[in-house]
Order: sequence, then structure tokens, then C-alpha cells
Amino acid sequence: MHKKTAFSFPDEVLEHVFSFIQSDKDRNSVSMVCKSWYEIERWCRRKVFVGNCYAVSPRMVIKRFPEIRSIELKGKPHFADFNLVPDGWGGYVFPWIVEMAGAVPWLEEIKLKRMVVTDESLELIAKSFKNFKALVLSSCEGFSTDGLAAIAASCKNLKELDLRDCDVDDLSGHLLSHFPDTYTSLVSLNISCLGSDEVSFSTLERLVCRCTNLRTLRLNRAVPLDKIANILRRAPQLVDFGTGTYAADLRPDSYSDLAGAFSSCKELRSLSGFWDVVPDYLPAIYPVCSKLTSLNLSYATIQSPELIKLVSHCPNLQRLLVLDYIEDSGLEVLASSCKNLQELRVFPSDPFGVEPNVSLTEQGLVAVSSGCPKLQSVLYFCRRMSNEALVTVAKNCPNFTRFRLCIIEPRTADYQTLEPLDVGFGAIVQYCKDLQRLSLSGLLTDRVFEYIGTYAKKLEMLSVAFAGDSDLGLHHVLSGCESLRKLEIRDCPFGDKALLANAAKLETMRSLWMSSCAVSFRACKLLGQKMPRLNVEVIDERGPPDSRPESCPVDKLYIYRTVAGSRFDMPPFVWTMEDDPSLQLS
Amino acid sequence: MAFEKDFNLDVTELRLGLPGTSEESEKQASTTLRISNKRAMPDMNEDSSVAADKKCDQETAPPTKAQVVGWPPIRSYRKNSLQTKKTEAETCGMYVKVSMDGAPYLRKIDLKMYKGYPELLKALEEMFKFKVGKYSEREGYNGSEFVPTYEDKDGDLMLVGDVPWEMFINSCKRLRIMKGSEARGLGCVV
Repeated sequence: MHKKTAFSFPDEVLEHVFSFIQSDKDRNSVSMVCKSWYEIERWCRRKVFVGNCYAVSPRMVIKRFPEIRSIELKGKPHFADFNLVPDGWGGYVFPWIVEMAGAVPWLEEIKLKRMVVTDESLELIAKSFKNFKALVLSSCEGFSTDGLAAIAASCKNLKELDLRDCDVDDLSGHLLSHFPDTYTSLVSLNISCLGSDEVSFSTLERLVCRCTNLRTLRLNRAVPLDKIANILRRAPQLVDFGTGTYAADLRPDSYSDLAGAFSSCKELRSLSGFWDVVPDYLPAIYPVCSKLTSLNLSYATIQSPELIKLVSHCPNLQRLLVLDYIEDSGLEVLASSCKNLQELRVFPSDPFGVEPNVSLTEQGLVAVSSGCPKLQSVLYFCRRMSNEALVTVAKNCPNFTRFRLCIIEPRTADYQTLEPLDVGFGAIVQYCKDLQRLSLSGLLTDRVFEYIGTYAKKLEMLSVAFAGDSDLGLHHVLSGCESLRKLEIRDCPFGDKALLANAAKLETMRSLWMSSCAVSFRACKLLGQKMPRLNVEVIDERGPPDSRPESCPVDKLYIYRTVAGSRFDMPPFVWTMEDDPSLQLS
Repeated sequence: MAFEKDFNLDVTELRLGLPGTSEESEKQASTTLRISNKRAMPDMNEDSSVAADKKCDQETAPPTKAQVVGWPPIRSYRKNSLQTKKTEAETCGMYVKVSMDGAPYLRKIDLKMYKGYPELLKALEEMFKFKVGKYSEREGYNGSEFVPTYEDKDGDLMLVGDVPWEMFINSCKRLRIMKGSEARGLGCVV
């Protein structure tokens, strides 16, 4: 007979309490307290995040959480962004949609990153989920505007359609015309990645007019500047706006029209787009600059003086994405004007040029680190760096959570001392105790990995390229970085030893990517055999790895933990190293 | 390094076979190793591309660096949006002013129209009715009182022909054909 204790609340009470717990980590902890909490929790979990779509099967997820309303899935490894993962590798969402269509008809939200989404999947979504509200596709591919049209036409309660950096097959869109005339629930629309497809402006204007809750609107490059004013006037409540092409023949009436339209948007906090900018039209946005918190000028090919003027108008800026046209001088102005800056990303305007085309060096980064006390997240492309600068930056910004530095030429040494940049990055991990994400570049020896293994205890994601001397480097990272979840390595002399010695570590991580390194096929097989809860996948376009000697390094290696076993959808150039229980070592 | 001594990876290495068996199997494998061209050892790739560079004709511009796949790490849509801008510039032409000492007015030419220095110089010779001397790296233009020069991005006066063609057209702001004694200073041997 069960004795009710003082801690035994009715399920409904516990459920109510749990409903305040939103974070996945906390939910997972709650579910591990005891069996009854596990049961209660799983029935009331509404959101699931699956960081690797192959780590678990859709059936398993739905079986455990039958009442979810929102699912987030990630597919391909991060290096797929840079064309290191061949086409056809995987990451198909269709099997997930099929499972959920049957079992979770009340699903409201699907968020996907780096997955292959077909029109068939989109049509199935449109058909299956009557209360569907939000579709966020980030860096996805495989679908066309036809699939999107199905969503627009069928999902009466759709609030959010967000296509971030997707590769969409543009089939004479008219996407917007598929939203019925009675449809008014749109809150967020991001079509910035749609090609140069013609957008029907009257359709867009009518849509914007009737969707009075619209807060985010990011247009694509095809929308010309002279159409923006009309749209803004119809949606003065916009918070986040992305322009299309920001170029037109300069005419006084169209300029004042635009400026007037911008000033009517009192809630505007974020701007983006700005393709093909004509500098003379930029001051049209000055009325909203003082309240702007986020500005994405990373497509704006304007020079430093214009950028400086613009940035000086935005004292409340928290997030800035910009091309290196801003130069050191512009970053110095940023440092003195934008004291609330939290995130900075500087992209290269001429990434493949041999000579620097702009005067952007380590000085700009140092200036921002010195002037912006709240700076937490940096992505910086440049052509030279010094240990001195990195140490200064580290000391100025102990609150960094994300630091990604890309010195464009691989293996570039400290330009002042010609030494490796080990000490500089060492300072970053030493001073920035909360660092979660780090990308390295420049000339680096095993020493930098020693520093990382010693100090980077909160590091969750590390990206390494053209660095290190030996397996010791990899060993330092795998044995020292306690919080490591994702490790991606390319073109480093890391081989079998460190990997095999730290096999157990790999089960505590989401995934490991190694390409153009020195890991032998033999080691991959061993790892696959010994670690049944890891999928060890060899990607090699040269042909089957067993057609070469075992000691031959594999081209690419992707290792991830999973409870779903080997996947079934591998293309011909991916081999999974099977586990073999009969080969257990004594 | 102290670390290496403290650390004996072999002991912890997972391997098939009884403890104590050496790396014989590895040695056997290495003798039959076939080195494929596509082996992705970074150093080998670099060496082969450097060798290729050296084989190139000295007269033409050195080839642009062999682009490494996926480096620098920039998303393709960013690359594409920058490239579209570049091709627009290309279709617009790269017009620079050309002056000749003593000539009453300047001319303008489109640097994009020429594939290299020989064509450019020939066009200038025809336009201004003069002849340049023979170019050598050591002596500049030898045999004529006319010397082709240009002003680069930094505002410096440079001798035409010293840098690779691509680099030249990207940094040339205007051309100037110098004449006479002033030209001598720039390495014109008459």
C-alpha cells in the first residue's frame, strides 16, 4: 500500500508548477527527480529541442512527449555552411513530419536549421496541423516557393513565416498572393532570402494593411526603394524591418517621402537589408536611429565615412553587423558612440583578395573592446593580428561569451613578433571565464590547446582550422574542456591517438567533426566498434574507405552520440562504422 | 615539453590484439600505402600548389592563390551578394584618366578592356602617338624618353609593369605618361 507523503501533490498541481519551467535543461532535470515526476513532466512538455536530428528518432520523441506543440530540429554539421558537407549528406525533415502528422495534430511550431525540407514536407505540414502558427527555416534547402504557397494558403492561424538564409527554388513566387484575403494573423514575415523574384507590391501592401499585428517584416532584394515608404506607412507598428534594394535615382520627393515614412515608425528597433545602398538615401533612416538596437549593414557596400555618420546616430545600438569597409577608424567611432554594444560582426568585403582592400586591422577590435563594456559576442574577419592585441581585448572584455576571430590567411603569425598566436588566444580563455563559443585562426601550436584545455571550462563549441602540431593538441581539448558539446576541426595534424584515448568523452558531446586531418580508417572502425552509442560516420568522396589501406586517413569524419542507432538515409559517400559487441576488449 | 613526458598515450590507446603486440600491422600497411593525389594532408596540398606556381610563366601575373574549399568561412549567400556587386562594377568598366606630359588635354581609358600590359601599352602608344622603351624589372623602360607611370591607391607615383596585372588594375587610379628628364628618375635609361 502506498503511503502518501507530504511531498505528494496532486498531478495537476505539479503540472501547473512545471508549466513555469520553460528551459529544456531544467525540464530535463525535473524529469529525472523520480518516476512520477518523469511521467507528469513528459505529458506536459510543450517544446522539444533536438540538437541533432539523428541523435534520436521521431517516434521516440513523440512517444515520450505526446503533447508537444513546438519542435526544433538541427540537421547538418555547422561546416556545411562552408560547403564542407557534400550535397545529399542527409538531414531530411520529411520522416519527422510524417510521424508528427499522425501523432501530434495540434503541433503549432516547427523550427529547423540546416535541414533538407521538400515541398512535399511543406505540403504535409500545411495539411496536417490545423492550428499551425510558426515556421522558422534557418539555412535550409530543398524546397520551392510552391511549398511555401501551400503553407500560406492553408494555415489560417499562421503567425510566423521566417526564412533565414535558405536556399529556395524561386518558381515565379507570387507567394504572398496565396495568403487568403481573410487572413490577418501575420506577426512575422521574413522573405529576405528569396531571390530576385518579382514581388507583387499591391499584394504586399494589402497583406501588410490587413495584418495589423505585423511586427517583423524583412523583404527581399527585389523590392525597390520607392515601394518601402508605402509599406512603412501601412505598418507604423513595425519593430523589425528589412529593406530590399536600397538604391534609386535620387529625387527630392521620394527622399522626403521615405524619411517621412521612417519617422512614422515609432516602434522600430531593428533594421536590415540595405542591398546596393545609395549613400544619399541613408539619412532617411536617421529619424529612427536613436532608438535602434539592432542594425545589419552586412550587405551595404558603403564606405567608412557614411558608416561613421550612420553609426554616430545610433547610441542605443546593441547589435551591429557590418562589412570591413567600416575600417579601424569607423570602429573607433563605434566604440565612442555605442556604449550599449553587445554584439559585433565584421565581415570581409573582399575575402579572396590577396592584398587588403581596406584599413581594418586588430586596432579596430581593440578599440571596440576598450570602448564597449557590454560587448559579449564578436565575429571578426581581418588580415592581421597580434598577441598584444588579443591580450588587451581579453582584459577589456572578461564578459565575452562568444569570440570568433578569422584571420583570413591560414597560419598567419603575430605580425609584430612573428610568433604563434597561442598566448593571445590563451589570454582570451583565461580572462573570459564564461566563454561558450570560440573560433581560432592564425598560426597556432599545441600550446594554445593546452591553454584552452586548462582554462576554457565553460566552452561549449570550438572551431579549429589549420592549427596545432600533434595529437597532444586534440588531447588537451578533449580531456580539459568539461562543457564541450561541439567540436569542429579542419586541416589539423590530429590523428588516432587523442581520439581513441578520449573515446568516452565523445559520448558527453553532441558531435565531433574532423576533416582533412590524420585520422585513419582503422581508428574509425575501432571507435565505431567500441562505442555503440556513437555513430561514427566516414564521409569520403574518393570511394569506399576499405579500398585503401587501413592506415590511410579518412577525408571527413563526423561522430555524434545517438540513441537511435545508425541512420538509414546515408548517401553512397558516407559509411558508418558498425559497432560489434563480439569485439569487446577484455 | 613537460606535458609530453607525463603523458603516455600508448597505454590508453584502444587497439585490437593482445597487449604487447607492436605496430607490426601498421608497418606492413605503410609499405603498401598508395599515395593518392587527393589525399587531404594540408601540407602536401600546399607544396603542390606552390610547385604549380613556380611552373607558371614569369611574364604573366602569378596565378591567384589556390582557393581552399570553405575558407575563409563565409556563407555562400554572402559571397554571392558581394560578387554580384563586383560584376556590376565590371560591366560598368574601370575608367581612368590618362595624361601625357605636354599634351593639351587628357584622355580616359577603360582598363577592363585590356588583358595585360602589352595590350595596354600598345593602346597608349596609338592614342598618344609615342613609343615606350623595352621593359625590364631591373632598369624600367629602356630606349625611349617616354615612361608610363600611374598613381596608385596610396597616391604614390609608380612605374607601370612592376606588379601583376590584376593588382595593377585594382590599384591604378590614373595614368601618366612621363617624358624627358623627369622620366629618367623613374628608371628610364635613354
